[in-house]
Amino acid sequence: MEVLKIATAGSVDDGKSTLIGRLLYDTKSLTSDKLEAIDRVSKKNGLDYLDFSLATDGLVAEREQGITIDVAHIYFSTSKKSYIIADTPGHIEYTRNMVTGASTSQASIILIDARKGVIEQTYRHFFINNLLRVKEVIVAINKMDLVNYSEDVFTNIIKEFDELRSKSDFRDQKITFIPVSALWGENIAEKSTAMSWYQGQTILEHLEDLKAEDFAEESQARFSVQTVIRPKTEEFHDYRGYAGKINGNSLRVGDDVTVLPSLTTSKIKDIHFFEETFDEAPAGSSVTISLADDINVARGDMLVKTKEVPKETKVVDAMVCWMDNRPLVPGKKYVLQHNTNGVLAKIDKIESHIDSNFGAEENVTSLSLNDIGSVKIKLSKSIYADSYNENRTNGRFILVDTQTNTTAGVGFIK
Amino acid sequence: MSSILNQNTLESEAIYTFREVVAQFENPVLLFSGGKDSITLVRLAQKAFYPARIPFPLMHIDTGHNFPETIEFRDRLVEELGLNLIVRKVQDDIDSGVSIEEKGRYSSRNSLQTNTLLSAIEEYKFDACIGGARRDEEKARAKERIFSVRNDFGEWDEKNQRPEVFDMLNGRIDIGQNVRVFPISNWTELDVWSYIDAEKIEIPSIYFAHEREIFERDGLIWTASEHVYKDDHELTEMKTVRFRTVGDITCTAAVESGADTVEKIIKEVRESAISERGARIDDKRSEAAMETRKQQGYF
Repeated sequence: MEVLKIATAGSVDDGKSTLIGRLLYDTKSLTSDKLEAIDRVSKKNGLDYLDFSLATDGLVAEREQGITIDVAHIYFSTSKKSYIIADTPGHIEYTRNMVTGASTSQASIILIDARKGVIEQTYRHFFINNLLRVKEVIVAINKMDLVNYSEDVFTNIIKEFDELRSKSDFRDQKITFIPVSALWGENIAEKSTAMSWYQGQTILEHLEDLKAEDFAEESQARFSVQTVIRPKTEEFHDYRGYAGKINGNSLRVGDDVTVLPSLTTSKIKDIHFFEETFDEAPAGSSVTISLADDINVARGDMLVKTKEVPKETKVVDAMVCWMDNRPLVPGKKYVLQHNTNGVLAKIDKIESHIDSNFGAEENVTSLSLNDIGSVKIKLSKSIYADSYNENRTNGRFILVDTQTNTTAGVGFIK
Repeated sequence: MSSILNQNTLESEAIYTFREVVAQFENPVLLFSGGKDSITLVRLAQKAFYPARIPFPLMHIDTGHNFPETIEFRDRLVEELGLNLIVRKVQDDIDSGVSIEEKGRYSSRNSLQTNTLLSAIEEYKFDACIGGARRDEEKARAKERIFSVRNDFGEWDEKNQRPEVFDMLNGRIDIGQNVRVFPISNWTELDVWSYIDAEKIEIPSIYFAHEREIFERDGLIWTASEHVYKDDHELTEMKTVRFRTVGDITCTAAVESGADTVEKIIKEVRESAISERGARIDDKRSEAAMETRKQQGYF
């Protein structure tokens, strides 16, 4: 069945957990034992409604403080689709977890409190969705019940949001505005009777109608080798296959390919998937490829179509979201992990800190935890990269701190 | 030759994860309980490295309180696929005094598995332990990364997890640390059953409806067994039941069911009002039972 991955973003108390809980409740995805537990704890906490955040805030510290600290993955399905929701925190201090949640998502739901309209956090959420190039954004204007279901409030917030949108350069993004009350389940899975002026779809209807094609990325095929399969058994004595996942457009048997970084060329001889072989394999498939020539290929190498070789570079200009407690400073060395290839990297220059208010750039000399900035990085060896906007897999990287081993930052190549 | 590969996203992602494990670690192991999730992992591992053999051993942390059907199944699978199986026994740690057996009405060896697991990791110097945990099972599991770093005491630092962006998995660790890897994190119970159905994967008989001697306590169906504590006034009876999860016999409750085929099980799971772990006695100990166990090194 088709799987749709969604991330939610909203400030504290915008009703994110309530909205997710509603989706689960209305699609009958909350089992009775979980519902009973929510009911029991809600009552214990003195509430007269079901506190759905109890279903999503899985850590003791989150339940104690009533906030979401880290991403939770939540699952539900309808007869049409399976859904995975990354429930991400809204606090500024958890921006890195927001990026973590949004990075695996095809669509985003940004929540706005109808009483407050577009606020600073909305900028941040929208900015991150732009940075990551999330194509489908639903802006859920929540708590409509608290503004008398006013159409004027709804249209004014759309106007405020359009102003925000005009600052973005991401034109392929589709934004859908939906007025909702998560608490009362209005326009979540069921149409609201109190907002007859709204003719559009409910959130669930909208999600159900999204198709795989809406997210398909037209980009050149990139195949990073994860590991080399050499069985050395009697039956497969001379077998040598390159295992990896296809990104971008599909690959076919007979395609002329170039191996990076060696620039040797060959042809795709076979595409295997378990006991079968295929003529063609699409993006996202984890296959094993054999080449016509016996050339040297190892983990970290990339196969591309010979007519589509990305450019070689030893200097990377990128937007970086910093995720480590220790700041990013010039001169420091990291391992830059680009696909399956890791190279030593030196931070050359931090050009600016980007305010999530779009465009208000500030010259800085370091990036702290949760900052997003423009950074120039020098590499010990060349990589073959695309810009993130042209090829999402081949245009991104992580920076790994070799002293702590942690993933310290994520970068989007310009 | 067929034409275009019809891909399954969840399957492709799991295979990708398996390959990252083998490429990034020196000494991985697959934690195998004999349940449907770890059996699914074995199939995915076969696919990830075909036509080569699965390049790591399986390890069963044996509580000694198993369903006999599971052990029989385990040994047959290992034999048929030519896998390398390591078994480490909780009983040995009880005998040596490392672990202390719980007593009384709710006694279980489930949490004692952690001690045995941690000493086996140390003994073999495993740097990656692949497990079949899924995020939909339990709310603490919903918070965990696919590559989850544990310190040399096996502890999970849930408030300071390593960021995991896109599909880029970072397996770099210090000596002594290990990574718990969850290739089917994003699968649901129904996804696993649908996969078992589509792939025609064999599973132990206790998943299917069968007659069994049981007794009821706290609204749950317990197996009558020498390993399960039972008061004299608690009467046993024969009932047609099946199990939704396979764990230690002392903490796995049965459900009443007539589902005797995978197809019927899928229908039952789809219509069930109770979650899979609703029948796990160990989860009912407290609101944060799983989180606490994981902090201590449980998988």
